[in-house]
Amino acid sequence: MTVPITIRLQEADFDLAHEVAALSRGRTDIGAVVTFSGICRGDEDGEAIAALTLEHYPGMAEAEIARHAEEAVSRWPLTGITVIHRYGRIVPGENIVLVVTASSHREAAFQGAEFLMDYLKTKAPFWKREEGASGSGWVDVHDRDDTAAARWAKP
Amino acid sequence: MKVLYFAWVRERIGKAEEALDPPAAVATVADLIAWLSQRGEEYAYAFEKPKVIRAAIDRMHVNQDTAIAGAREIAFFPPMTGG
Repeated sequence: MTVPITIRLQEADFDLAHEVAALSRGRTDIGAVVTFSGICRGDEDGEAIAALTLEHYPGMAEAEIARHAEEAVSRWPLTGITVIHRYGRIVPGENIVLVVTASSHREAAFQGAEFLMDYLKTKAPFWKREEGASGSGWVDVHDRDDTAAARWAKP
Repeated sequence: MKVLYFAWVRERIGKAEEALDPPAAVATVADLIAWLSQRGEEYAYAFEKPKVIRAAIDRMHVNQDTAIAGAREIAFFPPMTGG
């Protein structure tokens, strides 16, 4: 059976419960669903943040996420994936990204979700601009994100 | 070819995209960065640290030693910070 993969890039917010229900409704092959939500924090390194603005590369962003979703399906026995990534201006407390993975058992769902998030952080063509108290600027890459992504590299 | 710029690369150059026809000697992504850097102060500023710049050809990530022959769309951008 083809694994259902849903990928959406949108300005609008999303509803986690709705997305989980949409993925699992009417199915009895799913024994585990893992969800990850990335949320805009109100501070970064002690400085208050008024908002984030996310820029993306339309066309490539969808394709890049789809490639990684297909890779996740090839590496773990997943039975469904939903990835939603927002763009535009997002204020603290609002959702940025959602990853939902489904499987018969929890290990694949946990690992698939972590893999997808680590790759979204480092390979999906999105860029965050922060509006802070002392002006605005582009967010720098965190080494910890590269380290997190590197652990999934195939030998 | 169509060349796209994102995030601070776009801001420094002052445009999101343009159509360019580099000379045949410009063979790789790194060559294209060097050629663009000569086009003006704004380009020199955007590409002042060329090693930091990431590139995609026809919407696939590529290394800077990749040949650009046949490319329809080349994009330059900083390291990604999504998620």
